[in-house]
Amino acid sequence: MRIIALVLKRLTWFVPTLVGLLLIVFTVSHIIPANPAVVLAGEGATQAQIDAIKEKFGLDQPLPVQFWRYLKSVVSGDFGTSLYTQRPIAEDLLTRVPATLELTLITIVIAALLGIPLGVIAAARRNSFIDHALRFFTVSGLAIASFWLAILFQLLFAMKLGWTPLQGRADSWGPDPVTGFFVIDAIIQGDWDIFSDVVSHLVLPVMTLAFPAMATIVRFTRAGVLDAINSNYVLYEQAMGLPQRVIVWKYVLRNALIGTVTQIGLIFGILLAGAVVVESVFDWPGLGLYAVNSILRSDYNGIMGFTLITGTIFILVNLLVDILHGTIDPRGAG
Amino acid sequence: MSDRLLAVDDLTVSFSSDAGRVQVLDHVTFAMSRGEIVGLVGESGSGKTTLARAILGILPANAAHIESGGIRFEGEDLLQADPADIATRVRGRTITFVPQDPFTSFNPVFTIGSQIMELMKWKSPLAPPSSGLSRYARTRRKADRVKVIELLKTVQLPDPEAMLAKYPHEVSGGQRQRLMIAMALMTDPKLIIADEPTTALDVTIQAQILKLLRQLTRERGVSVLFTTHDLGAAHEICDRICVLYAGQEVETAPAGRFFAHPSHPYTRSLLDSLPSREHGIRGIRGEIPALVNPPAGCRFHPRCDRATGECSALRPSETAVGDLHTLRCYHPLSQPEPASAAS
Repeated sequence: MRIIALVLKRLTWFVPTLVGLLLIVFTVSHIIPANPAVVLAGEGATQAQIDAIKEKFGLDQPLPVQFWRYLKSVVSGDFGTSLYTQRPIAEDLLTRVPATLELTLITIVIAALLGIPLGVIAAARRNSFIDHALRFFTVSGLAIASFWLAILFQLLFAMKLGWTPLQGRADSWGPDPVTGFFVIDAIIQGDWDIFSDVVSHLVLPVMTLAFPAMATIVRFTRAGVLDAINSNYVLYEQAMGLPQRVIVWKYVLRNALIGTVTQIGLIFGILLAGAVVVESVFDWPGLGLYAVNSILRSDYNGIMGFTLITGTIFILVNLLVDILHGTIDPRGAG
Repeated sequence: MSDRLLAVDDLTVSFSSDAGRVQVLDHVTFAMSRGEIVGLVGESGSGKTTLARAILGILPANAAHIESGGIRFEGEDLLQADPADIATRVRGRTITFVPQDPFTSFNPVFTIGSQIMELMKWKSPLAPPSSGLSRYARTRRKADRVKVIELLKTVQLPDPEAMLAKYPHEVSGGQRQRLMIAMALMTDPKLIIADEPTTALDVTIQAQILKLLRQLTRERGVSVLFTTHDLGAAHEICDRICVLYAGQEVETAPAGRFFAHPSHPYTRSLLDSLPSREHGIRGIRGEIPALVNPPAGCRFHPRCDRATGECSALRPSETAVGDLHTLRCYHPLSQPEPASAAS
């Protein structure tokens, strides 16, 4: 019951949040001194041609009117057409969402599966060699810029060692599209050559994204575990002679995860933003690369579409985090 | 003594701190018999909690140093034995624990039932001793659960079944402490260490909890080591009272004698400090010494009206002044005040 109430409460905020987000991005993108009509009209176009294009896309209207028109069309399911590719934005995004989600979801899962146990170990053996080694590792993970790390990985693993492909999602066209997630589609198709090709393409971008994500998870888990280990309930559990491994991996960890789960939700947002950089370096045909191209071409509808879709994903992920929170910690009011 | 259950002998414990070694327990000697309820009385910082935790074997490993002495429980020296073995075989089985703060001593994110059943899984009298297996056979689980429900009824908790499904924050403080007492009894222990079990509770509930603790342990012949700074609470349930001052035990006496004939100057002033109709509230002059560099000899001597030179030179040895009544003082109150102190 508590969970349902929470979901309803969050969903009422869903639309206002998105509208606010769109308003900000709309304003920022439209007031920067860029003129897509000029770009579209091409070199040597006359002012009349430019004005015609402006009129066609409604760019001659005042900004509030443009925004209102955009909102109306979004509500009716029309995200507009790309000023650049002339294709519907929704169609463009639909092919790119799975590429980015595949990347970020695999990254989050790997970062959590490695980061949580390592955080527990660092805390349980505080100030040991392994704790210091992990601290070095996590500080590096947070300090190193991802585009630089991505290029280093490419140089080492793709160019010098030749273990992984340099960039892209697949060598060929990839598996027949069913879900758009190449890993899943390859399994559905039962083609293990494509599967291993797809996985090998994932290795470098996932490593680049997972490194800082994992560093954050290790640090938050470690802090959460240390906090819990010094609590009265751990003292009680020790006084009653429960096995130390049960105390740490069951009772302490669950308390520590409350903070870690919140953090994972935030990391997901950071990953979506980080995808912009990493997808550019690895030429990954996802939302990030699409956003970069849209911005470079002043493709307003593309920028807005990207904002809308990542905003929605991020809000849904945070809703999921809140639900998880409620399941882990019974005290939460939501 | 054949009914000797616990003997703490010459125990010295220090803690590392930034200011240096803190000498928290200074050659403490103290014993308990089977079925006895002993109160360990002292101010904050007197070392009573450290002594309780030393017996449980849960002093912080990196900060605490046991410098000398032994803790014999049923003839076995707990300090010499393998710590892992003590954890499985003694802790939670023959020695159990009632914590000071029932609010924070339950794990907040697990139901009360799952925490109790975890305890029974590892520590129930039906569980094979020292087994490292994490399997919990269904038949044993059933039998354990019957016993759990029975005990929850015994500690007068309403609707035990519903109680097990609740989370700790859904239960009142008094009920939580009843649960803690039930959990301490569930594994049929010989000794319960109750570390200020009523300090965190409302005054009205304190008396109920103390009465319950005494009644249930009496019925089962379980010994209780009860630490408190509350002489009233000690009076309520203890057979014998031992007073700690700044890490030294100063006087031990049966409860009746303790209140009627306190012999150590510190005990006297402690009893005098209780508010009364005749003299109001009377404090003890001076302050508890810092334990980084404690006074030599009897640590109470800087605050004692009867102190003489020998008090600061060497700690007095234990002398018996009555049946089960021992103290460590050169100038006990039953004797006339020495002339030197008056001059």
